[in-house]
Amino acid sequence: MNQPTMNNSGASDIRMRVNDLEVCLTGSNEKIIKGISFELQAGKIFALVGESGSGKSVTSMAAMRLLPDALKITAGAVEAMGVDLFNLSEARMQEVRGRKVAMIFQNAMTALNPVQTVGQQVAETLKLHTALRNSSLRARVVELFTEVGIPEPDSRFNFYPHELSGGQQQRIMIAMALACEPEVLIADEPTTALDVTIQEQVLDLIQELTRTRQLAVLLITHDMGVVRHVADEVAVMYHGEIIERASVHEFFHNPQQEYSKRLIDALPDLSKFHHERSQEPLLTVEGVKVHFPIRQGVLQRVVDYTRAVDGVSLTIGRAETYALVGESGSGKSTLGRAILNLEEIAGGEVRFKGQAVQGISRSEMLPLRKKIQVIFQNPFSSMNPRLTIGEIISEGMISLGLGLTASEREAKTASLLERVQLTSEFSRRYPHELSGGQLQRVAIARALAVEPELIICDEPTSALDVSIRAEVLDLLQELQREFGVSYLFITHDLSIVPTLAHHVGVMQSGKIVEQGSAEQILTNPQHPYTKALLASVPRVDED
Amino acid sequence: MFAYIVRRLLYAIPILIGVNLLTFTLFFVVNSPDDMAVSQLGAKYVTPEAIQNWKVKNGYDKPLFLNSEEGGVGTITDTIFFTKSVKLFAFDFGRSESGRDITSDISVRMWPSLAVALPTFLVGIWVNICVALMVVMFHATRLDRWTVFVFVGLMSISYLFYIIGGQYMVAKTWRLVPISGFDAQGQVWKFLILPVLVGVIAGIGAGARWYRTLFLEEANQDYVRTARAKGCSEITILFRHILPNALIPILTGVVVLIPTLFMGSLLIESFFGIPGLGSYMLDAIRSQDFAIVRSMVFIGSILYITGLILTDISYTWADPRVRLN
Amino acid sequence: MKPILLWSDGLVFLLVIALVLFFYKLREDPQTRTRWAQVFSSKLGMVAFTVIMTYVGIALLDSLHFRRALDAPEGMQTNEVFYDNKVTSVFDVLTGGMGERFERTYSAPFALISFEKKNTVDEQGNSVRDFPPLKYAGLDLADPGDKWSDILSKSMAPLGWGLLLSGLLIGVQWLFLRRGLFPWHASWVTQAIVICTAVWLVSISKHYHVLGTDKGGADVLFQSLKGIRTGVLLGTLATLVMLPIAVTLGVTAGYFKGWVDDVVQYLYTTLSSIPGILLIAASVLLFQVYIDLNPDFFSIGMEKADARFVALCFILGVTSWSTLCRLIRAETLKISQLGYVQAAHAFGVSHTRILSRHILPNLVHIILITFVLDFSALVLAEAVLSYIGVGIDPSMGSWGNMINGARAELSREPAIWWTLSGAFFFMFVIVLAANLFSDLVRDAFDPRTRLGGDDA
Repeated sequence: MNQPTMNNSGASDIRMRVNDLEVCLTGSNEKIIKGISFELQAGKIFALVGESGSGKSVTSMAAMRLLPDALKITAGAVEAMGVDLFNLSEARMQEVRGRKVAMIFQNAMTALNPVQTVGQQVAETLKLHTALRNSSLRARVVELFTEVGIPEPDSRFNFYPHELSGGQQQRIMIAMALACEPEVLIADEPTTALDVTIQEQVLDLIQELTRTRQLAVLLITHDMGVVRHVADEVAVMYHGEIIERASVHEFFHNPQQEYSKRLIDALPDLSKFHHERSQEPLLTVEGVKVHFPIRQGVLQRVVDYTRAVDGVSLTIGRAETYALVGESGSGKSTLGRAILNLEEIAGGEVRFKGQAVQGISRSEMLPLRKKIQVIFQNPFSSMNPRLTIGEIISEGMISLGLGLTASEREAKTASLLERVQLTSEFSRRYPHELSGGQLQRVAIARALAVEPELIICDEPTSALDVSIRAEVLDLLQELQREFGVSYLFITHDLSIVPTLAHHVGVMQSGKIVEQGSAEQILTNPQHPYTKALLASVPRVDED
Repeated sequence: MFAYIVRRLLYAIPILIGVNLLTFTLFFVVNSPDDMAVSQLGAKYVTPEAIQNWKVKNGYDKPLFLNSEEGGVGTITDTIFFTKSVKLFAFDFGRSESGRDITSDISVRMWPSLAVALPTFLVGIWVNICVALMVVMFHATRLDRWTVFVFVGLMSISYLFYIIGGQYMVAKTWRLVPISGFDAQGQVWKFLILPVLVGVIAGIGAGARWYRTLFLEEANQDYVRTARAKGCSEITILFRHILPNALIPILTGVVVLIPTLFMGSLLIESFFGIPGLGSYMLDAIRSQDFAIVRSMVFIGSILYITGLILTDISYTWADPRVRLN
Repeated sequence: MKPILLWSDGLVFLLVIALVLFFYKLREDPQTRTRWAQVFSSKLGMVAFTVIMTYVGIALLDSLHFRRALDAPEGMQTNEVFYDNKVTSVFDVLTGGMGERFERTYSAPFALISFEKKNTVDEQGNSVRDFPPLKYAGLDLADPGDKWSDILSKSMAPLGWGLLLSGLLIGVQWLFLRRGLFPWHASWVTQAIVICTAVWLVSISKHYHVLGTDKGGADVLFQSLKGIRTGVLLGTLATLVMLPIAVTLGVTAGYFKGWVDDVVQYLYTTLSSIPGILLIAASVLLFQVYIDLNPDFFSIGMEKADARFVALCFILGVTSWSTLCRLIRAETLKISQLGYVQAAHAFGVSHTRILSRHILPNLVHIILITFVLDFSALVLAEAVLSYIGVGIDPSMGSWGNMINGARAELSREPAIWWTLSGAFFFMFVIVLAANLFSDLVRDAFDPRTRLGGDDA
């Protein structure tokens, strides 16, 4: 399926052509897109890859002439089916949008109008561009729903977006985009907001529709796994320029640019595993349950509980990493908070070096707080914007009474910053001056400041770009070797497991469905859910 | 839904009790009935007998909470707290200090209030939404910036200025309508036009500006981008996508006011001589008739709580995401 | 001379000190600095700020009170000094006795004769009914026809002085601020206009009543200026009373949740369900009863009026905290869920420290926006309250009292428009400036407008 597509024979194949497109900031004339060119062919998926801020989404919005007021097109042309879109009047352009060129967006939940039924929304596109009305219109919508795989399409017509799952919402978006049989489909991160298992289904759907309808698809993504999975051709975007362009096969086997290599290296290698296992248990979790009450009726009595964590047991050894894998809503973060005693436990117990963690007072908890630390997912919200980095790092040293003088704290902060590959100057800066990757390093330094034995890492890399992700993971492993600290690594991404975990637990709806050594889980999964998760992980050695 | 409404109604009870306790404390504990008598009678002519007579006449001669002289139920019922505060719950407002029956006064006076307040309210919302939509269509142009500036200017003008200015121009200089008054028969509209007009114009600055913000907030949502990508025209986007979504926050601000329309407007009614509840309250304040003030406080809070419940119900109608439980 | 410190004077100076310290402390935080820089980088912001500062300046000058020493009564040999029963402020002195030139009754702006006819006896002994000349207007005038040229010639010198004075002041500022990034010139132009107008008004009012006189013959311009102190103080002190209540309750409810939250929610729902105007009116009336019954507490009339004023501020503050409290509670709930508060819990940071270091500083923008927004609302509310009869004591000058006294006079023929115009104009200028300023502050501090946006 990934045969090279370098033959540009037959101009009829080419549905859209972007020529030397330039986009500037309206005020400052700073170039956001610095003259890029590519073309889309019928029946092919062209992937535009880049990290946040590379300008890939701006490119797609410029092609549709939907840029926000802050940006303007300064040069270049976009031709669709031989017509220069930049020369059309706004009224003619509206006929092109949705009819000739259609678009789907990242977050279907917000991209759909919340107060209109999904049927109406798809019907609206048809009404705009076709003569279909009333019952034939409805019939066509139901037909589209069937095509994109919506179960019970007839009754789903009257559903509102929030009544559908994330995957179904994205299918509705696709139905809406395909309603008028466009020639070109622009898909802007269509699967980023979805869980991995759903992600694969949606990608398969896009790929299938591309073939059956002979669509020309522009796929915008930051995820090399997605590219690997569906694209025919790749262009890598970096700071507003296309720095490399090749067929998928060529690209993954022989990348030309250093940056492209870094992106590819971020993909997991499922052949190397960590083996060393420690025998000494540090943290034991036994049958832990966390329940949230559901209240109903006039008096708001508790009628039932949401079982966020429903009887989970696991053990983490010294200097060992336990990866807790699961999709959003599986209860993995709640478990992390329960171990930190930030969430009340309904049953079971958590023991740290044999000492019970739950049911003790705030002051009794203090010595344990020194030993168990945490790193959160979103580095931007986990730092108080009004404190300096120095103040943030030293906060724990003060509150946990490490008994250091101000100058000792300062020295320690400086050495920690250097240890996480930042410089001591950073201690006087404020969080908003730092990038996501730098902030996450600060978060690591903050956790290390109190010399913990266990750090709970709650999705510490999922907010980061892939090239930075690898650096942060490497740093975490180095620190483990150096300080002998253990990690409970909470993640939705099985692909990062082999690089760092000794032990893996797979969590689904509040329960651990399978756990074992990393090698065991990744090479020989037993539970069907684990298998599904594993199947959706992209690999380099696919073919 | 039903359970939800019942629960909200139950929750209203402690609030009304709170309102009652607060007013009771203000009127009878902070200031004793003796103080009130002195200030009503005028400090010069005060004799202990006069105070006593005044208190008996107005029913303030009883003990505050417990009447130990009365036996049985009377211990509780024959007190100021019971006669003046608890009875409010039965909508028994008693008599004003001038001896009129408050309940019947209120039931007569609420209709003129409504006659002014309801048109002002409806026309006001309609005008504000229209003006705001027009401004949004010209968003990010010079026209938009200037209209916002004008809105802020209109907001900064005192309400009194609108009333006095309106009366001066429309009624005195141009002699289009009577300056003030109210005629229950026949040509009511003649007396209503000016107060409604003044009320609407005075509200444009703040109202249209607020709606503009709401519309612009919605205009930045992702679904608007989707609609553009579909090929919708800007007008369609404004009316079919932005407006229905912006209705949700508009409802919160607006529905809560509907029941309180019965209370009328203090200023409009007194300036235009409309015999509604607004001028009733103003007269009560000016003549220090605390019996009326107490009753109106109670009615006002009932209407407000009703408004809150109506707001929640209207949500389920406007926003499919909301399910009350 | 004997300085007098009224309650409201004391409070307002405390407030000024608190604000200065507060802003000094805020300077340390670079994010706040950037946001303020955004406010001041617009010309409109500069102009609005200058206007607000002018009003505040007048209000502060008008809050420095003293009682003049009287000359010892004739024939009395005593060392005791007697003081005037009238309280004077520094501002009164600066206006050059503008408030001491009373006419008999109404007169139009720049008029030479009274508005109402009066029976007089002329030199021949005949009784004449005519408009009598004013006591303090156009005294140097030989022929009434020369009035406007007289006004013009008397305007030249003060305008010159005004320009000189503003030149000096702006020159000093220019030395320090010329390299700044902000559009100071917008502020300087405003300053020059304000200074020139002020000098001109003070000097011309010695010869004419610029805005005429009111029913009691008092100068309307002077009254409008005296209204500034009342307006500014009411707008700030009431918010000052309200802030601690709203912030304390809102933060505790949002942070500790549970029953504390239930109680606070119950309190503010109850309070906001009572029609505000009735609650305020009732409280003011009850306080008035208290003042009437205890006249001995206040040695001079001004103190009585001031007590009522301070009470009004307290009442407005105590009855209006529910909106801000609701906002603060919601924001605290949101912040409590954020990573940095969770991290602080994981570090075992104490509740008080979390509240003071992590939560309160991140609420400052809400408090600031409320402070500026409420200011203009309160200034407008004062007029309404005075109309209802529960506002400022009539003996204390305020725009509301001016409007209230003159609202029926528009129906006279010819209409008496100047009292209303004076009050509305001075009120409009400060409210407009505050509204524009609060718009800019809100835009700058809105958390949705991120600093140095990096999302493309």
